[in-house]
Amino acid sequence: MVNQEGGVQAIYQAALDQGRFEIQRCNDCGDAIFFPRELCPGCGSGDLSWFSPSGKGTVYAVTTVRRKPEAGGDYNVSLIDLEENVRLMSRIENAAPEEVKIGMAVKARVTVNEGHGLLVFHAMEGAAQ
Amino acid sequence: MSGDLNNLRGKFAIAGVATFGCGEAPGYTDMELLAQAARLAVADAGLTMKDIDGLCTASASSTMWSMPVVEYLGIRPRFIDATMIGGSSFIAHLMPAMQALESGQCDAVLVAYGSAQRTSTLSRKEIGKARLLMDPQPYEHPYQPMLPMSAYALAASRHMHEFGTTRRQLAQVAVSARQWARKNADAFMRDPLTVDDVLNSRMVSDPLTVRDACLVTDGGGAYVLVRADRARDLPQPPVYVLGQGTAVWNRQISSMADLTVTAATQSGRDAYAMAGMGPKDIDVAELYDAFTINTLLFLEDLGFCAKGEAGAFVEEGNISPGGSLPVNTNGGGLSWGHPGMYGIFAAIEGVRQLRGNAGDSQVAGAQTAIVHGNGGTLSSQSTAILGTAAAL
Repeated sequence: MVNQEGGVQAIYQAALDQGRFEIQRCNDCGDAIFFPRELCPGCGSGDLSWFSPSGKGTVYAVTTVRRKPEAGGDYNVSLIDLEENVRLMSRIENAAPEEVKIGMAVKARVTVNEGHGLLVFHAMEGAAQ
Repeated sequence: MSGDLNNLRGKFAIAGVATFGCGEAPGYTDMELLAQAARLAVADAGLTMKDIDGLCTASASSTMWSMPVVEYLGIRPRFIDATMIGGSSFIAHLMPAMQALESGQCDAVLVAYGSAQRTSTLSRKEIGKARLLMDPQPYEHPYQPMLPMSAYALAASRHMHEFGTTRRQLAQVAVSARQWARKNADAFMRDPLTVDDVLNSRMVSDPLTVRDACLVTDGGGAYVLVRADRARDLPQPPVYVLGQGTAVWNRQISSMADLTVTAATQSGRDAYAMAGMGPKDIDVAELYDAFTINTLLFLEDLGFCAKGEAGAFVEEGNISPGGSLPVNTNGGGLSWGHPGMYGIFAAIEGVRQLRGNAGDSQVAGAQTAIVHGNGGTLSSQSTAILGTAAAL
């Protein structure tokens, strides 16, 4: 049956647009799932539900994309492992790109710009060493 | 149990190869470069276009590419495979092509590719924008990774973190490729290059500089695959397909389970199993080096080094001319050239080595070659093991 709210990509974004970060969990195998899917990539089940992860994560891999200052300057792109055992791409916003290191503890935040939500991360207090 | 496809080992051979317009071919289209390479490869095989009744091809921009290729070449193939898994596609095409030849569906398969990406009037910026619309990656693109390079940079950061791999070791991959290119008159970049040159070149996506990245060139490439018995009656020494394997585990770099272990572990295992061979049996390795980290990952994942040890292996000079394992003997994507999807050129270089006509870059006595393609952002991996009659 078609979900009147749309597919999971639309549902995920709609939550972000309201300032909420929600991911899925498989009700059959228990795995947390990211990116949002219509079926569990671990076991194939279609019985999935949304939940709010703790938002705590660790930087798994990091790069600084170089960009001319007049175009906005260098910026961070990181892969982050959430404590729920999923990985995603995002950026660390409260640290200079060169300060972001693998292993750094980070916390999710949702920024909403003109009604459009985006998941970003902040280095946790005292962790930005 | 699906078996290891050992029954296909050595039953098919590459009978013709060609490249055309590699480097810069101003004013040419993708199709024109493909067509010239195809024409030359078919002639190299001692065949005519009328003999071609199977086609494998792929394009990074045209979604229905096999149809205009059929139309342009004027062929009537009974077998078509247009599997598009990025730069590894043209090595992956070997398996369906072999299956089609084995079943009798067709008798001569042309695998062909062309790209005018360097001199095309359509700029890469415009193509990049079109891709964002046509092939959105909503969980990565908002963070503006410079794809594909940032994905490989993330993998490099992880390899450095876990194994102590250094930027100097990555740079040595580019230097070794350049040393090979300096022996190959067909290579696009042949100026001397040092580790310090690489380290001091423009940083693009840390830790990768512009010299850690493949070139952007034009070029067409093609090869012709036939059954081995027919290949023995054709003019060129047959280059037999001994093993083949393809694996895709993910599309996005963020969906990769371990950034230091690629699906080449699976494609390589399958190719070795079919060939009944291992890394020690390989004389020449052509490993798709879109970025310097690729060569390290594939040296490890294809079994030439233990995981984490490729940096030191390369730094010791093992993959340079005169080293223990000749790698990317044409100069690779880093220095020979990189027309968008390099896999077919790795295969063609493997054939050139096994025919013994690689000129100054010839590896003496080479009887076996592993040719490995990568696609997307470490997303697809395809491996083939090729050999001369002596390797059968």
